[in-house]
Amino acid sequence: MAVQEQLQALYRSTVLEHSRAPHHFGQLATSNRQATGHNPLCGDKCTVYLEVANDELTEITFEGAGCAICMASASIMTDTVRGCSLASASAAADQVLESFADRQAADHSELPGDMAALGAVRQYPSRIRCATLAWQTLQAALTGKAQTVTTEVTTNQS
Amino acid sequence: MNSAAEKQAAGTGLDPEKLRADFPILAQQVNGHRLAYLDSAASAQRPRVVIDAISHYYEHDHANVHRGVHTLSHRATDAYEGAREKVRQFIKAGSTREIVFTRGTTEAINLVANSLGQTFSAGDEIIVSELEHHANIVPWQMLAERTGIRLRVIPINDAGELQLDVYQDLLNERTRLVSVTQVSNALGTVTPIQEILAAARSRGILTLVDGAQAIPHQPIDVQALDCDFYAFSGHKMCGPTGIGVLYARESVLKDMPPWQGGGDMILTVSFTGTTYNELPYRFEAGTPNIAGAIGLGAAIDYLDGLGMAAIAEYEQQLLHWATERLRTIPGLQLVGTAPSKAGVISFNLDGIHAHDLGTILDHQGVAIRTGHHCAMPVMEHFGIAGTARASLAFYNTREDIEQLVTALELAHKMLG
Repeated sequence: MAVQEQLQALYRSTVLEHSRAPHHFGQLATSNRQATGHNPLCGDKCTVYLEVANDELTEITFEGAGCAICMASASIMTDTVRGCSLASASAAADQVLESFADRQAADHSELPGDMAALGAVRQYPSRIRCATLAWQTLQAALTGKAQTVTTEVTTNQS
Repeated sequence: MNSAAEKQAAGTGLDPEKLRADFPILAQQVNGHRLAYLDSAASAQRPRVVIDAISHYYEHDHANVHRGVHTLSHRATDAYEGAREKVRQFIKAGSTREIVFTRGTTEAINLVANSLGQTFSAGDEIIVSELEHHANIVPWQMLAERTGIRLRVIPINDAGELQLDVYQDLLNERTRLVSVTQVSNALGTVTPIQEILAAARSRGILTLVDGAQAIPHQPIDVQALDCDFYAFSGHKMCGPTGIGVLYARESVLKDMPPWQGGGDMILTVSFTGTTYNELPYRFEAGTPNIAGAIGLGAAIDYLDGLGMAAIAEYEQQLLHWATERLRTIPGLQLVGTAPSKAGVISFNLDGIHAHDLGTILDHQGVAIRTGHHCAMPVMEHFGIAGTARASLAFYNTREDIEQLVTALELAHKMLG
């Protein structure tokens, strides 16, 4: 069942666990930066809330509605960058976005943290945006220049 | 399954199993499975005769139309204008002067918005419905930004039907145009278009019907509808992409200002002034999609051969059967449950995102559309991001539906 195996590679247990019970889901009362991203193809939305103190990402949450890939990616993202310096959070976002931009990339090890579990998404061109939405939104929240970064993302800083 | 398919087609005069052989694309395997193409509302497939008509045109008859005095230009012009006559007969228009070729439904509606729209002014109102495809919303919003006209919206109920009582209240002396779909692309609802048109007509208000989803499924008679405009696309009715039609009542079209300017839409051009061509050419600037029109003409011949009434009857049988079959799947919620529907079944499955469903189904050879179907206001009404949509054509059989059901059960097992 090659087809079944391909599907199982896409929907790994790590991905399904994160999508069913996403980590750090909800609003963040102490948030001092946030951004909202949209995936116009499927209508998915993702809002990322950051608490930034002394150039450090001290807390991060997200909320939104999306497919399993989108929710898992956002959940894994919060695990990956929570407690990081702003520079390394931004570097992780760059790394993820670059990796998903390259369909030929066979080696998923360059993906940070549990994001490697989403590596198979690269074989599904129409689903790549599902995996990158949260990370694009994070980048927008970090830079506070969302509207010049991508047309799909709006931001407001509080 | 074949015997079931034959049985179900009994009485309609159609033999879908045999018809499938007319569509080369359906004979393939996708991801190791028989292809169950259930996305005809997005774009239908083409029978061999349409593909052959386009090839034949390019191999034997191509030249520019309405220009040359040479043989090929005559042949191309005859074929292109012949297609216009086929369209006229197919929708029972009075004259080919009322048949404008466009790129599709979207361009047809934009033509009306940009041409007729020039005669509207601030405070004028246009009525659309909550069911509309974005193509029948955005052109009017753009016009509103330019001119200050106001867009009024007929709401839907939770079955996905238009609320006609509200519509009656929306009509007033400022209403200039009622522009409503005949069949919802997202839900399949067949709107009470006769009533809608009659109410506008009795007040002298112009009407436009978005027929993109209606014309593949039933016979259309624009004179019986008594609408001023009827817009549709070739690719939803087994024709090529990039070709569509705006039917426009001659008495309305003749007074409309030109939209795009260029070759073919003029009689004379000089720097002291330009005179415009007669109908319908005034609205067809530039070299048209000649092959597209010829392909559409071939599609019309094919559909006429089957008979639109027989197609409608068979699709209704299949829709009914498929709907009952899907209702048996635990956790499946139908979105859009109007009693009168064309071949569309929109649904969600137990909180599984439509996009995940789409991917899993694709792995089982089942092609459906997932998402908002370019009808975001409909999704907003139901408070959902999107749906999975299986849409039917006359070349679909119960076997396609069984394949869909099996794939949905697998999706439920994997993600439910």
